[in-house]
Amino acid sequence: MVNVIVLIKDIVDLTEIKVDPSTQRPILAGLSRKISDVDKRAVEAAVQLKEKNGGRVVVVSLGDDKTRTALREALAMGGDEAYLLKDPAFEGSDTLATARILAATIEKIGNYDLILCGEMTLDSLSAQVGPRLGALLGLPQVTYARKLEVKGDMLVAERDLEEEDEVVEVPLPVVVTVTREVNEPRIPALMSIMRASRKTITEWGGEALGLSADEVGAIGSAVRVLEVKAPPMERKRTIIKVETEEEAARSLVERLIKDGVVK
Amino acid sequence: MSATDSQGVIVYSENHNLLLELLGAGRRLADKLGTQLSAVLIGSKVTEERQKEAVKHGADRVYVVDEPRLKTFDVETCGAALLTVLKAYASKVLLIGATKRGKELAPRVAAVLETGCMTDCITLDLDGEGRLTAKRMTYGGSAIAEVVCLKKPQIATVPPKTFEKPTPSDRTGEVIPLRVALPEPKVKVVERRQKQQAAFRIEDAPVVVGCGRGFKKKEDVKLLEELAEVLDARVSCTRPLAADYHWMQEWIGLSGHKIRPKLYIAVGISGTIQHVAGIRDAQTIVAVNADEETPIFNAVDYGVVGDLYKVVPALTKLLKEKLRK
Repeated sequence: MVNVIVLIKDIVDLTEIKVDPSTQRPILAGLSRKISDVDKRAVEAAVQLKEKNGGRVVVVSLGDDKTRTALREALAMGGDEAYLLKDPAFEGSDTLATARILAATIEKIGNYDLILCGEMTLDSLSAQVGPRLGALLGLPQVTYARKLEVKGDMLVAERDLEEEDEVVEVPLPVVVTVTREVNEPRIPALMSIMRASRKTITEWGGEALGLSADEVGAIGSAVRVLEVKAPPMERKRTIIKVETEEEAARSLVERLIKDGVVK
Repeated sequence: MSATDSQGVIVYSENHNLLLELLGAGRRLADKLGTQLSAVLIGSKVTEERQKEAVKHGADRVYVVDEPRLKTFDVETCGAALLTVLKAYASKVLLIGATKRGKELAPRVAAVLETGCMTDCITLDLDGEGRLTAKRMTYGGSAIAEVVCLKKPQIATVPPKTFEKPTPSDRTGEVIPLRVALPEPKVKVVERRQKQQAAFRIEDAPVVVGCGRGFKKKEDVKLLEELAEVLDARVSCTRPLAADYHWMQEWIGLSGHKIRPKLYIAVGISGTIQHVAGIRDAQTIVAVNADEETPIFNAVDYGVVGDLYKVVPALTKLLKEKLRK
C-alpha cells in the first residue's frame, strides 16, 4: 500500500501566449489553462504506483474555481480524491508562501508515504516547491526522478542529473519531484471521466489550514515581481520570399557571406 | 557576530568553476554594498589550492566545511553544512550555482530560513534600497521577469556561464574552517553512472541546423545532414522529434539544450516559445519554412519562405560551390 499526495498546478497554455506589441508584455488574459505537463506526469506516476502497490492517490492544487477542471482531469486519470486550496488571501503567493500553504495541507491530510510533484511548473520555472516541502515537512527529497518504484517501505528512484545518473534508495515518507521523461501520461477513458465526476473535491482556505493572512499571498511572500516583458529580440527579420527555391537559396547565401557568417 | 557580517555576500556552488563565476558576480554586489564577499567550500579533503583560488577570484573570506561525510553531494547534509555557515555568519545575499544540485539545495535552504529564492537568474543588481533584484525567464521562456527579494538572506541561483570568471589577482583573504554536526543522510546512493557523453557537445558547435515537424519522415533528415556537412554543422531537432518520435536523442529548447552558435538554421520548425528559448543567444538565426505566418519568422535574421524539400538541397548545392567543398 502506498498513499501518495500529488501536487499539481494548472497553468496558462504557454503556446497561446502572445506579446502586446506596444508594451512588450505577454498577454495572459483569456488564455486557456491546463495541468502543467510535468505535473501531469507526476499524477500518472502516482496512479501507476497505486496500481502496482495498492493505496490511494490524493490530488492537491492551489488555485481558483477554474482549477476544478484540472483536478477533475487528475481524478479521471486515477486520483481518488482532490483538494482545492482556494482563498482570496492566497493570491500573489510566491514559492515561500505556496510551500507554506501546501505543507499545511499535507499535514492536515496526513497518512502519506510519498509527496509527488513535477520538477518545476512550466510557467514560472522556479523548481522550488518540492525541495521547500522537504524542508518544511522534515522529509528527505529525491529530485529529478525519471524512474520510481516502491519496495517495501523504501523508494528506489533513478535521478537524472547533468553529468550523471544516480540510483537512490530512501525510506518512506519522502518528497519526490519527477522529470518529463518519467512516463507518458494516460488519456482517461470516458468511463473514468464519468467516474471522476462523482469523486470528492474538498475546498480549503486559510482558516481551514490554520494559516494567518500574513503568512500567505503577497504579504507572506518574499519575492515580488516588478515587471514581466518579452525578451528583447533584436533580429533583422528579413523575409526572403521569391519565385524559386534556387533564387531564395542564392539570396540567403549572399547575405550570409556579406554578413561574414559564412566564409 | 558583527553588524557588517549580516550585510555580507556569500556564494556557494558544488561546481568549483561555477563558484569562481559567482565570485565575479558577488564581488560587484559586495563592492556596491560596501561589504565583504565570502565563498563557502563544502566537501571532504578540500584542497588548499581551491581555497586560494577562491581568494584570488575575489573572496575576502573562505568558509571551509570539511567532513568525510561531505565527500559526495547529498542535499540534506550539504544543506545542513551551508545553514551552519549562515547561522554563524548571517549574510544579506546568498548566491548559489544553478546546477541541478544547486537548484534543489537553494529552495531547501530558503525554506528553513523562511526567505525567498530567485531561480536561474540571468542578471543580478541592487535597487535603490540595496535589495537584490534579478531578471529570470518565466512563462516557459517566453518572457523575462524582473524580480526583487524582500527578505534576508536574499537568495538567487545563477546558471553556469551567466557571468564571466574574474581574472585572478594576488589578493589576500581569510580562511575560516567550521566544525559542523551533520545529519546521517537518509537518501542512499546505490549506483552512480556517468552519462554517455556525446563525443562533441552541441553547445560547443559553431553552426547548428535544426529540424522540426516540417520533415515528413526520419529518412528525410538526410537532406539536412548533407547541408550540415557543407557547413561543418551539428544536426539537432525540436522536442517532439526527439521526445515523441525518437528520431534523435536530444533536442534544442527550454527543456533541452540551450545553444549559442554563430549560426543556427531552423528548418521546418514552427518556432514555439519553448524552442526559441533554446536558440535565443545564437548570433544569427535563419529559418526555412513554407508557412509565412509561422512564429519562427519573428525570431530570425533571415527567413526563407519555401518548401524545405527544395530549399535545403538548393542551399547545400550553392554552399558547396561557394565554399569550394
